[in-house]
Amino acid sequence: MEYVPGIPILKPSLDADNRPFWEAVRRHEFVLQKCGSCDRYFQPPRPMCPECRSMDTMEWVPSAGRGQVYSFVNFTTDRMAYPAMKIPYSVVLVELEEGVRMISNMLDLEPDDVQIGMPVEVAFDDLDEDLTLFKFKKLEG
Amino acid sequence: MTTEQATETAQRPHPALWGVLYRSSTPFWEAVRRHELSLQRCAECGRWLFPPRPMCPDCRCAESEWVPVSGRGTVHSWVTYDESPHPAFAAPYSVLLVELEEGARLVSNPVDIAPDELEIGMPVRVVFRDEGDDFTVFLFERATPDAQEEPASAQ
Amino acid sequence: MLSEYLERRYRPERRPSPEANLVRDNTAIVGIGQTEFSRNSGRDELDMACEAIKNAVADAGLAIEDIDGLEAFTLERTSMPAIVSALGIPNLRFTSEISFGGGASGANVLHAAAAVATGVANHVVCYRSLNEASGHRYGRGDGYVGYLSEAPTLHYGYYFPFGFLTPLAWAGMYAKRWMHEYGIDPDQLGWYSVVLRENALRNPKAVFNDRPMTHADYLESPMIVEPLRLFDCCVDTDGAVALVITSAERAKDLKQTPAYILAAAQSCPPEQEIQTSYNRPVMSGLPETWYMGQELFRVAGVGPADIDVAQLYDPFSFGALLQLEELGFCERGESAAFCEGGDRIRPDGQLPLNTSGGLLSEAYIHGYNLIAEGVRQIRGTSTSQVEGAELVLATGGPGVPTSGLILRR
Repeated sequence: MEYVPGIPILKPSLDADNRPFWEAVRRHEFVLQKCGSCDRYFQPPRPMCPECRSMDTMEWVPSAGRGQVYSFVNFTTDRMAYPAMKIPYSVVLVELEEGVRMISNMLDLEPDDVQIGMPVEVAFDDLDEDLTLFKFKKLEG
Repeated sequence: MTTEQATETAQRPHPALWGVLYRSSTPFWEAVRRHELSLQRCAECGRWLFPPRPMCPDCRCAESEWVPVSGRGTVHSWVTYDESPHPAFAAPYSVLLVELEEGARLVSNPVDIAPDELEIGMPVRVVFRDEGDDFTVFLFERATPDAQEEPASAQ
Repeated sequence: MLSEYLERRYRPERRPSPEANLVRDNTAIVGIGQTEFSRNSGRDELDMACEAIKNAVADAGLAIEDIDGLEAFTLERTSMPAIVSALGIPNLRFTSEISFGGGASGANVLHAAAAVATGVANHVVCYRSLNEASGHRYGRGDGYVGYLSEAPTLHYGYYFPFGFLTPLAWAGMYAKRWMHEYGIDPDQLGWYSVVLRENALRNPKAVFNDRPMTHADYLESPMIVEPLRLFDCCVDTDGAVALVITSAERAKDLKQTPAYILAAAQSCPPEQEIQTSYNRPVMSGLPETWYMGQELFRVAGVGPADIDVAQLYDPFSFGALLQLEELGFCERGESAAFCEGGDRIRPDGQLPLNTSGGLLSEAYIHGYNLIAEGVRQIRGTSTSQVEGAELVLATGGPGVPTSGLILRR
């Protein structure tokens, strides 16, 4: 996927719950939110574990960022697409090994080659001085 | 009048910029642009409609007409800002509620009337000032109770 | 968290008894009104809201002075006090607004009916007015950017940076997964759109009244966001619809055949986001619609087989198909086959759907036009009338906290 020069990329909106995630991405680290008591992962992050309702057991733990494509869409015309990205582009929903699913883009892969079940691994894309996004690469083999 | 000084550095906001302009209001501001004060009146029962609206609340008629008015009225109430809420307006300045002869009450600013000179019931008349290429604002200046002259321009 | 949904076991013991539900059979929709549906109204939304409300109140045989409650969407861009001042409503005592976009259509009626059933108000008007075609467009990304920092949509920060910012794409993510899990042939999706267009051709007020569409036309329509095509999408519309709700007792004395509210329900299950609930165990379904449907059928004391005609909120054809499965009209993964050829969902079929043309071909008034069509089916005045229609189901938007109604003659 490629960006169209000169059009700003929408940045994530930060709040107290998701800030640690995006700060980690900035450092090229991939972390997920987990309840230390229930041993369960949650996405999007939240202030309370919905299982045990504890507010002080939610922690950020490193993840290998590996998983598989759970679903995807391909933007094939500019009618509903994001002007900052060149058509065609894919948006993938990746199911990580930890069980949570996250929206992202594939690096170095044409939309026609994306498939459900494809193994992927996280990669980082420094877009400008303020913005790093996490993307996914196809895992061979 | 301190709003005049302030507009040299910041533009007085046009109502359209704040997204508060319904189509019903457009004829009002178009008339102001021509240095006229015009009010909406129900075509069926003749009731004055201010603020402008798409339907008469008395007879529920959707037809209305725009009628030029004299722009004469009295100060119904006023406030004076001692701290500025917006860069276009340097404090202290006053905001008037003027009751027109037709009964409609309009919010505006005074021209050449100091805050400590304002009084409820003071006779005023409308004046117009162009604020840029596409916006004219209406303001009010002091009038004598029986003055008959036409509304003048502030500039 | 979603155990009832995953086990397909709705537990009545956790809910109040149907007999305790004061809305049930004690309230009715007695008036419907609308403006012209167009692609460019040239009017303010306030203007259209006043016309639709005036028409609905007149349709009911009531006077504006009788109206004492107003119900709207939080998305509504008209000012409620401005409506009061234009219509001259002297006696307004109850108002409420509901969020979640199109998910609120049935909820507006529920809240109006609850106000009536509990004696808070006598006659409540629900309304929706929007210049979706010529003005602010919810379906396009630029319409959403301003919402980025608002709490209900905060999760969008996880999606927008990846060029993923329009409802069609959000739904497409579900559609792709559903087609993968059930082996759906993409060509099967078109029949729903084709039948709705047939209904619109019989409805002179429908935006697409003069635009026939065949299944071949559907297949030739461009892919907008793969896997969804242009003719899978609803028709952006300018227009307004209003509904008048009062008690069943009062309804007996009014002008029209009442559409009694047999059940009305809302739902917002866990892990709900606004069209992007991707962290639920399954993505090939709509838990919010399942919970809402279970509650409707439980309160009404009827089942899917009893429904004579359904008006399903269809921002995209796929959204309506999944609702057929979640509401129990067919098995999971079988809705596309259910609609294939169109006979089952035509007005003389087993389950007639969206008889005015739906959001796809009549108008996209955020589900309000579907409820109005449901009322016409009860009255027997639809342009695609289902013979002997006695029970009508109408739903609110899928993929968001949703709502729905069962109306009875």
